[in-house]
Amino acid sequence: MKSEAGTTAPGAVPGAVKSARANRAVRTPGGLSVRLDVRALTVVLLLLLAGLAASVLLIGTGDFPIGAGDVLRTLFGGGDAGQEFIVNELRLPRVLVGLLVGASLGLGGALFQALSRNPLGSPDILGLGQGATAGALVMIVLFSGSAGEVTVGALVGGLATGLAIYLLAWKRGVHGYRLVLVGIGMSAIMTAVNGYLMTKADLVDAARALVWMTGSLSGRDWAQVWPLLALCAVLVPLVLANARGLRMMEMGDDVSYALGVRVERVRLLLMLAAVLLTAAATAAAGPVSFVALTAPQLARRLTRSPGPNLLPSLCMGAALLVAADWISQRVFGADQLPVGVVTGVLGGVYLLWLLVTERKAGRI
Amino acid sequence: MPPTRRAIRAVGLLVSVLILVVVVLASIAIGAKQLSLGEVWHGLFESSGTYGDVVVDDRISRTLLGLLAGAGLGLAGAVLQALTRNPLADPGLLGINAGASAAVVTAITFFGVTSLNVYVWFAFLGAAAVGALVWFLGGSRGATPVRLALAGTAITAALYGYLQAVMITDDSALNKMRFWTVGSLTSATDSTIKQVLPFLVAGMVLALALARPLNAMEMGDDTAKALGANLNRTRVLSMLAATVLCGAATAACGPIVFVGLMVPHAVRSFTGPDLRWILPYAAVLSPVLLLGADVVGRIVARPAELQVGIVTAILGGPVFIFLVRRRRTAQL
Repeated sequence: MKSEAGTTAPGAVPGAVKSARANRAVRTPGGLSVRLDVRALTVVLLLLLAGLAASVLLIGTGDFPIGAGDVLRTLFGGGDAGQEFIVNELRLPRVLVGLLVGASLGLGGALFQALSRNPLGSPDILGLGQGATAGALVMIVLFSGSAGEVTVGALVGGLATGLAIYLLAWKRGVHGYRLVLVGIGMSAIMTAVNGYLMTKADLVDAARALVWMTGSLSGRDWAQVWPLLALCAVLVPLVLANARGLRMMEMGDDVSYALGVRVERVRLLLMLAAVLLTAAATAAAGPVSFVALTAPQLARRLTRSPGPNLLPSLCMGAALLVAADWISQRVFGADQLPVGVVTGVLGGVYLLWLLVTERKAGRI
Repeated sequence: MPPTRRAIRAVGLLVSVLILVVVVLASIAIGAKQLSLGEVWHGLFESSGTYGDVVVDDRISRTLLGLLAGAGLGLAGAVLQALTRNPLADPGLLGINAGASAAVVTAITFFGVTSLNVYVWFAFLGAAAVGALVWFLGGSRGATPVRLALAGTAITAALYGYLQAVMITDDSALNKMRFWTVGSLTSATDSTIKQVLPFLVAGMVLALALARPLNAMEMGDDTAKALGANLNRTRVLSMLAATVLCGAATAACGPIVFVGLMVPHAVRSFTGPDLRWILPYAAVLSPVLLLGADVVGRIVARPAELQVGIVTAILGGPVFIFLVRRRRTAQL
């Protein structure tokens, strides 16, 4: 593989040369080579660091504040009994759920945006969130279900909606735009179902349902961490292994066929993974708005690299969600407003900015 | 156009009006409280204040509002579809309804507004702001279905985020809004109708008057210019008509989606692309759908009711997906 610095036209601006130089090719004596994007790697490391720092701050925040040093000491087994209980039993699972949900949403969003070839093709807009909400609302409103039952309901709702969208968008292959538009139709139907369920609920159930619908991390414990962690452990490597095919597919189906990518198979596999990730994340924390939409876009702007940016999106999602939860705890007080409100407001502002700049650049 | 086809269309319009009359009568006669035809007749023509008369009186207000709002939404949809040359344009999909809702929620929660004549102004403000925003982001330069639909849906999503934040912090707002946001005709009173009537009528007249310039626009900007159409004036007036109609309808009934999408689209397959036919057909058949959905909503969940907004979305969603599937992807 030829290094990209060599392809830079003579007389190009210095900045372009500098960023092109950030790609290094690593070669083995056996003739294998892999291109290493130094900037993307740096971004991933920095985001990981930011996510961990926000996690430590978040663990220290609450009705019983703990300093960052004490949090770290307790995490490594050196705190007193009270701190240990608060950190390990109450706050650590919440933060882990936040990290995992953010990572799943970031990765799922990046996959959907790449598959639909549209920066706005996130699971929020495709109706997956509404489908999961419908499942959860059925449990809350009709059966007054426990937290566990609500989680199962949301998972079933999200998966069923994802399957329905895929089947309805199928017509000799799934075309990106058709996927988006079918998703919009599904989302409208599901919104109506949710509206109906909300009017049927009594006010207490409705308030509970609304908090769930907004997306919240409060009261999450270890029971939510393990399934989510197991799912991520299976799906994340699977997705990353197929990232190459996804990158080829950005050039269009015909070109990727010619380059040896089995387009429909890769698409089905990745879409299934994206639906699973999103549905699981939604089941654990509710349809936290805009993380799936904004994380891949922010990651792309930081790495300045085209392509799906899967790993940076994953780290960005995790960092974003935990940081948003920390902000909501700091600004509004412990557990006053669910994290979904903060991501909604941040995401809304970002979305408008995105639409304006994309329009100026003529990209959407 | 050959005279026979014109005659067929005229007869079709007449039949549509007759269907509308039947639906209107059904809407007055059928409801959660079962009345005999004699009681309905008594309430209509010999009203003396009995319980049945009060019920009939309520249903008349409700039917009248459904008639007006339905025609307004249908016309708004037809105008937007012609303006954007996009068969999937719909006031709900383009976020105009959500803009009106967000403004009304703001009015209820932060300004303590309770009377409808102030709601209407807030709804207009919200609808106009979002309409302008969607147009600016998605349509002003080479509108495509995806651009407009995405811009509208994205803004709708953002506005619903705002609605949730407001409702979480305020239980009484939640209690009011969870019924308002699904869209229903139950809020109809004579004063409601009096408030929105002038706006709806003005919007309808404006929309019907735009048939000819919009016909020219549908042929493409260059052809329209060559034919002497004033592009900018037509665009601004069309957005104005759509915004006034949607804002008024949403202020009175809450957000109701898909009426403005389904009816003009179905009508177009019968009348062809001539807006001088599409607009009157849409104005007659949209209330048929809205009132029909309202009657269905009253029957299926007796003794309670299913709000008309829910029924239209559950009927309209599958139709939308069907339309998306039927279109060739090259055109999308």
